[in-house]
Amino acid sequence: MAAADATPGASTPRTHEPPAPTVVVDAVDIVYRVHGSGAATARGAATAALGRVLRRRGGAEAGVRTVHAVRGVSFTALRGEAIGLVGTNGSGKSTLLKAVAGLLPVERGRIYTEGQPSLLGVNAALMNDLTGERNVRLGCLAMGMSREETRERGAGIVDFSGIDDKGDFSSLPMRTYSSGMAARLRFSIGAAKDHDVLLIDEALATGDRAFQQRSQARVRALRERAGTVFLVSHNNKSIRDTCDRVLWLEHGELRLDGPTAEVMKEYERFTGGRS
Amino acid sequence: MTLVLDKPPTAEPPAESAAALAARHGLTVSGARPSLPAYVRELWRRRHFITAFATAKLTAQYSRAKLGQLWQVLTPLLNAAVYYFIFGVLMDTKHDVPDYVPFLVTGVFVFTFTQQSALAGTRAVSGSLGLVRALHFPRAALPISYCLQQLQQLLFSLGALLAILLCFGVPPSASWLLVLPALTLQFVFNAGLALALARLGARTPDIAQLMPFVLRTWMYASGVMWSIDKVLADRDLPRAVTVLLEANPAAVYIDLMRFALIDSFHADRLPPHVWAWATGWALIAGVGGFLYFWKAEETYGRG
Repeated sequence: MAAADATPGASTPRTHEPPAPTVVVDAVDIVYRVHGSGAATARGAATAALGRVLRRRGGAEAGVRTVHAVRGVSFTALRGEAIGLVGTNGSGKSTLLKAVAGLLPVERGRIYTEGQPSLLGVNAALMNDLTGERNVRLGCLAMGMSREETRERGAGIVDFSGIDDKGDFSSLPMRTYSSGMAARLRFSIGAAKDHDVLLIDEALATGDRAFQQRSQARVRALRERAGTVFLVSHNNKSIRDTCDRVLWLEHGELRLDGPTAEVMKEYERFTGGRS
Repeated sequence: MTLVLDKPPTAEPPAESAAALAARHGLTVSGARPSLPAYVRELWRRRHFITAFATAKLTAQYSRAKLGQLWQVLTPLLNAAVYYFIFGVLMDTKHDVPDYVPFLVTGVFVFTFTQQSALAGTRAVSGSLGLVRALHFPRAALPISYCLQQLQQLLFSLGALLAILLCFGVPPSASWLLVLPALTLQFVFNAGLALALARLGARTPDIAQLMPFVLRTWMYASGVMWSIDKVLADRDLPRAVTVLLEANPAAVYIDLMRFALIDSFHADRLPPHVWAWATGWALIAGVGGFLYFWKAEETYGRG
């Protein structure tokens, strides 16, 4: 685990040697295994379920469907880079991010990272029965902050999320939040730590303009502190605003990897201007 | 940002070069399981998370109920009342056992501690997938935290129990201090059990469906509502069964607690080597459960 965080705002002085890699993805294949959600007829039927169990005993994973989500992807991400991942739905972007975060095993190949990358996604649920404040506190402690740090940053995180803009929501249980508010709070908690590698899955799309601007400023600050930021988004504008390099995935394969302007031009031609 | 490194997807660098590059810059394989000492260190850094999570869960538990935190005490008392009605009154066990109410209530509370820890442990990882997938922390924090929540719950119950004991005319005594070592050992045992079950429950969700039945069987075999030595006295059971019943960790911890709290429960009603059994179970479950859980650390929350 990385050492204690640098003081906020103090950016690392730029060195003249080439930036060091923070993420090395080496010929990675990712295969999902979906248990028991095979053909609709097999689902729920007790005899079919029993059959699945019995067949699994035999060694072969029958009744388990596989989805080959990422195929032979390789790239190297460097310090200070903001890398966008684009591709049509189901092209493997989110899967790849999860694997970089160490939340999905790879089938073949290896992923090397500096420290422990953190994935910020809209689906990451915290504890709905607890208040926003409690969630902030627990999130900070879980990420390994000390109690003092947690106390110091707590108010800042609530302010950043903007959930108190419309009344004192931070003292209400999270189940009373709108989905946008919950997503904003999750992003704010995750982004409060200075990560070496930050993976953002569609999270910047949540929230109003003011929140989007705050989060983009936060991403920039992280990059200046020599971290690497990955961003998955279907919003081409937010990719252009935030990223200097783009990886384009299609059917799990890396189709293009290069400067934002070039890749986005090709990608938009491919999708016909839609995203 | 033009760089000497190969970026086009067509030019895949050979495996050695990627590994060498990663090694040169001190990169590590993502999602790999940390070494045991590193894991313990990380867990120790999360100790405030463990306690804060337990407290938060405890207060959230009854947050939707009208009576709120009063249920912390009401739930175990109602439980004990049900067992008293069935076993004490209907089956008339209370004539065999002196101080039946404290005897029963102690048994129910102590067994509930282990039972709920096991149940919560089974769902500790599989029920917190959102948290596990969102944030990085040693996953062992979750089962341990759930056990701590149950310990806090038990302390509430014990407060009620002490009130009951005083009401039934049991005078306070120095042996009440034995509660501390007994509870510590039981907590370590529960935590180990919860860790092991958390790994099983994370891989096979069906375990959670099975656990209530296993735990109920265990409860009836643990002398919660009757005295094991009384039942064994007039039976000609094989020696192995007797040893098994007396060495049963739940029975051991229940007996220790009764010995500590109830005046009429004398040392001669304790099975032989009871403290050795209590310590042994705590060590075996605690160390074994932790190692077993750690062995699969990298697999939690995946898929």
